[in-house]
Amino acid sequence: MSNRLSIVVVEADRERAHLIVDSLRAAGDYDISAIAEVTGLARHISRHDPDVVLVDIANPSRDMLEELALASGPLERPVAMFVDRSDGGLTKAAVEAGVSAYVVDGLRAERIKPILDAAIARFHMFQRMRVELETTKRALEERKVIDRAKGVLMKARGIDEDAAYALLRRAAMDQGRKVSDVAEALVTASGLLG
Amino acid sequence: MRAASLRAGFIALVDAAPLIVAREVGFTEEEGLALELTRAPSWSTLRDMLVFGQIEAAHMLSVLPVAMAMGLSGGAGQVGAEQGGEGQGGAARIDALQVLSVNGNSIGLSRPLADRLRGRGHPFDFRDATAAGRALIAATSTRLRIGVPFPFSMHAELLYHWLGALGVTSPQALDVVTVPPPLMARAMAANEIDAFCVGAPWGSIAVEQGVGELLLPGTAIRAFAPEKVLAARHDWTVAEPELTARLMRALWRAGRWISRPENHVTVSEILSRPAYLDLPAEVIERSLSGRLVISPRGEIRQVEGYLEFFKGAAGYPWRSQGALIAHALAARLGLDRGAAIAAGRGVFRTDLYRANLRDLGAELPAAAEKIEGGMTAPTPVASESGSLILGPDRFFDGYVFDPDQLG
Repeated sequence: MSNRLSIVVVEADRERAHLIVDSLRAAGDYDISAIAEVTGLARHISRHDPDVVLVDIANPSRDMLEELALASGPLERPVAMFVDRSDGGLTKAAVEAGVSAYVVDGLRAERIKPILDAAIARFHMFQRMRVELETTKRALEERKVIDRAKGVLMKARGIDEDAAYALLRRAAMDQGRKVSDVAEALVTASGLLG
Repeated sequence: MRAASLRAGFIALVDAAPLIVAREVGFTEEEGLALELTRAPSWSTLRDMLVFGQIEAAHMLSVLPVAMAMGLSGGAGQVGAEQGGEGQGGAARIDALQVLSVNGNSIGLSRPLADRLRGRGHPFDFRDATAAGRALIAATSTRLRIGVPFPFSMHAELLYHWLGALGVTSPQALDVVTVPPPLMARAMAANEIDAFCVGAPWGSIAVEQGVGELLLPGTAIRAFAPEKVLAARHDWTVAEPELTARLMRALWRAGRWISRPENHVTVSEILSRPAYLDLPAEVIERSLSGRLVISPRGEIRQVEGYLEFFKGAAGYPWRSQGALIAHALAARLGLDRGAAIAAGRGVFRTDLYRANLRDLGAELPAAAEKIEGGMTAPTPVASESGSLILGPDRFFDGYVFDPDQLG
């Protein structure tokens, strides 16, 4: 084995892959490649013959890497998920940050730690962004459905926008539900009634 | 009673029904549990969530905790490790508390391969594993590439047993590759695999999308194969015996409820929700009723015992089931069989099942082990309350595993 560790990053999103590769480069002198293709993943990886594979925990294709852990797998040499061997706390941090690492058996923990530290920091950021994006998306969708419900009420009862919203809010409070839930029920029902 | 909160993970499959129904129909609530469910993106991630304590319980492949106990898959102890609890580096011993479902897999072929079998006169009777296997072998000129959801799964075990018994061995003539179920149809369309063995409803989804046809149900290979188990960390079951018991009771009740045909429509509707399977209820219902559409031309086959949640003491975690899984893994990977069988036996917690479900009237066989594959027809066996009917549990080739002869 050459002294330079080779790392494969499995990531379909190009921008995210770049960010991960950049932060790993900043962490040390590594030979890094990124794979975006999901089909035939194990074959692609075995072609690179890496020391370390990093993959997002939310990626369903992660199971394809599990067969690398079998000695008879495509790498033809034992690969262990990092979980197996080294520092339990570091691995736990990785799992919680949403990154999993597959490491060729026998690599010492101190050689892996800077790689995993860099990946963990990056994935923490991704996770925050993911949560923020979802929250924003949901808020937007809720606002859209509330607007439609207000429209339904304004038309059906001949009231203005503020009165329509007040009506929705009161109904939500009376029923102990969210305004957006009441709005959605109203939009669905009015759709059915035509 | 204030509800105790409990977190469990599942994979989007029809056989996750016991956990989902236990929560949605209120069986966990009845036991004073507030069950929080998380859908995991992959088996390896679900395993890690369980090992690292992000969840207390999981819907898990029956083979996986045995593989973990043999040190083969992520974070497990050594072969034969006793005296549970934490090992080194965050390793954890995972127990199978009960069997959540039996059977439910199907074997599918790509359409070109199915056409070749049809051209050679194979009737697609969806029954005869010997004839289907021989037809498949005869119609294949190169190495067979077959997709399974996970390297340590009943899907892989069924395939190795079936094709191995017919003379096709891995790695010489057979590539078993891992493909996540939601990607199975795509992998088949991309000519990455010739065939698959996958759990419900993903075989039907491949048919639905017009990329594959179903050749056999898993039951044609092995009539009673433990498919998914309720898995928990061993140290958690020791620390929280009361929560463990309540969860097991809720899941046993859920399994009984799901097994009633009059509830199949409701179960399908619940499972189809976006937070759970996010798939058409109609396709899900086929798996529950065992009425499978096997080709894009709409041919239908009815399969007895296609997916069982309750019948034949389905939930009872026979120690011999764990022993057989370990025996097969050890034989294939060239590991010490005696140590493997001891580890596999210890994973299946027949003792907890007996202690925690007796009061509910669960059928409790008198024995903790049975001869796997020994029953070719429904057979009365001794139970705590007199007798109960088990089986059939035969293998298509007459294979019999007697744990006493080998362990």
